Amino acid sequence: MSLQTADMVLKITTLLYFMSMAGYVFFLFNQKPLYQKTALYLVTTAVVSHFIYILIYTMATKLVPIQNLSQSLSLAAFALGCMFLFFQYKFDLKILGVFASALLFVIMFAVLIIPDTAVEKNAVLKGFWLYSHIILVFTGEAALALACGAGILYLLQEKGIKSKSPGFFFKRLPSLDLLDNVGYTCLTTGFSLLTIGLVTGFIYAKAVWGRFWDWDPKEVFSVGTWLVYAALLHLRLYSGWQGRKSAIMTIIGFFIIIFTFLGVNMLIGGHHQVFTK
Amino acid sequence: MSKIILIGVNHKTAPVELREKLSFSSEETLAALDFFKKDKDIKESIVFSTCNRTEVLYVPGMGEQLDKIIGYISRHKKIEISEFKSSLYIYREDEAIQHMFRVASSLDSMVVGEPQILGQIKKAYRVAVENNSSGVLLNRLMHKTFNIAKKVRKETGIGDNAVSISYAAVELANKIFSDLSRKSVMLLGAGEMAELAVEHLISNKVEHIIVANRTFKNAIELARKFNGQAVKFEEREDALKDVDIIISSTGAKDYVLDRAIVKKAMKKRHHNTLFFIDIAVPRDIDPEINTISNAYVYDIDDLKNIVESNIEQRGKETVKAERYIEEAVVKFRKWLDSLAIVPTIKALNEKMSSIVEIEYEKTISHLKHLSSEDIEAIRRMTRAIASRTIHDPILFLRNTGDHRDDSLYLDVTHQLFNIDLPGEK
Repeated sequence: MSLQTADMVLKITTLLYFMSMAGYVFFLFNQKPLYQKTALYLVTTAVVSHFIYILIYTMATKLVPIQNLSQSLSLAAFALGCMFLFFQYKFDLKILGVFASALLFVIMFAVLIIPDTAVEKNAVLKGFWLYSHIILVFTGEAALALACGAGILYLLQEKGIKSKSPGFFFKRLPSLDLLDNVGYTCLTTGFSLLTIGLVTGFIYAKAVWGRFWDWDPKEVFSVGTWLVYAALLHLRLYSGWQGRKSAIMTIIGFFIIIFTFLGVNMLIGGHHQVFTK
Repeated sequence: MSKIILIGVNHKTAPVELREKLSFSSEETLAALDFFKKDKDIKESIVFSTCNRTEVLYVPGMGEQLDKIIGYISRHKKIEISEFKSSLYIYREDEAIQHMFRVASSLDSMVVGEPQILGQIKKAYRVAVENNSSGVLLNRLMHKTFNIAKKVRKETGIGDNAVSISYAAVELANKIFSDLSRKSVMLLGAGEMAELAVEHLISNKVEHIIVANRTFKNAIELARKFNGQAVKFEEREDALKDVDIIISSTGAKDYVLDRAIVKKAMKKRHHNTLFFIDIAVPRDIDPEINTISNAYVYDIDDLKNIVESNIEQRGKETVKAERYIEEAVVKFRKWLDSLAIVPTIKALNEKMSSIVEIEYEKTISHLKHLSSEDIEAIRRMTRAIASRTIHDPILFLRNTGDHRDDSLYLDVTHQLFNIDLPGEK
């Protein structure tokens, strides 16, 4: 198993994501169930092939592919793919695939064009707590990305109904209730995973650097993100912030996540920086 | 060659009084089918009778037999021919086929795109089949009719949009709430309009219905009808916390619910969604309520606008449907033409000679020692066998001795010998 093979599998994976996106776009315009089924099948295949890439890479280099920006993004896409399949299975919200597959393809496209910088072995980057930290944070953020997708769909449908001019999306989107419900489930799932992910991060930091908290910019922003979502959940539960307001908040929350994921490392720095070189 | 003829009246040619007089009950339909079956000059027949049309589709043996059909209707329905003759339309051949396709695809309906008509036609056809009144031609025509109707429904948006106000309201409710069976409805006012709207919602099965009316007696009556609960009109504010859909149709001059009331109620119901359907004129529900988040207000004009734009959309889809139908008519025509005797015999001959030719070549190529006379003799023999084999079937086809249905034997021949004429399949 060589790196060339891994690289090839990664390209095939990206192509599969692209094809599933195309399938979903066709489905969006031409509501034929066959398109959606094919697209879902393609996305599933893509996720499996993505997993194979991770296996091959790990076997070839004895490293989990999270050593630089390109690999981190790829892993984020993989987590998103898994989460999407999970929620698709749970809710059968077909149209969410349009958002998920497009986002997946955009990330994977970025993965392919961002140079895969040389990786040096870093003794610190291993161990149970680190892997749990990565897995939990990535799947949690993937779920929050889907919450953002559901939020966008909610706003589209809500706008049509509120303005009394049901248009292109009226037939194609499910009921507001369902969209809100999907968004909420993604939100609580993502939030729970993120919470445990942060905790494992602290434990890992304690084990490696001897401190739970380091005022690392990424740490600060992550906790900031966590607070935003915590506030949203609180408002939702106690002040009736469901529906439109909740949808807007999940979208804003996701943008903060993107900034925390990319922006902090690129613009500010810190010890998480190695992942996004 | 057999003809396909359709004769009838529909909502476009005859007023409802006349259509009522000409409509056939199921017993009458059976009687008519029996009568036509006994007639030697009518080979196949199907009778369609719905509230919007009465039509007879048939295949005459000789001539057109129009007078026979019209005469039967006149005698049987006890109505002078002169009374309905001017309302009759008569379609022959391709026109009849096209008409059938259009009717089943709901292009000829009063409300274009309504889904019931296909079921009604299927039922009429089943009756004819059970009565043995339809034959090869009409059976095939009806199967093609069902196919094209299904295709039109599936591939055009003709049946997609709500074209009545109560249906539009139900559709909206379904896009706001995911499961109407767990939602409750409050009726403000116990008028006829409210009743109609609720009937639609009930067929979608809501959980609970509350009726509030100024005259409490009427509220009780209506509530009993829908298995609901009656409340005093003054209790409507309180009830807002327990219901999800409000249908208002009171005769009040002012708003019966305003923004402040609903705003307050929203807090009590933890901002769960409220959907107001205001079918009263003048309006009952303050339109400003629509600005509260998670509250949606549709008045009668809003609903009408949706219905109108849906009807417009339907018009566009109709063009597409007509194209499918034209294509299907051309295809059916080709099949009909293939049922002629001459092309069938020709195809039969060709099939046999090609089999003989292939087998002959195969055999001869291995028998190098034969003289040219031998080869010629074998060739003659194989050809003779072929033509003798199909001699009797061809003779039979030329004169079936049963003029009721040549097309049956032709169709069977095609299937027995696996002959593909243009237009088949």
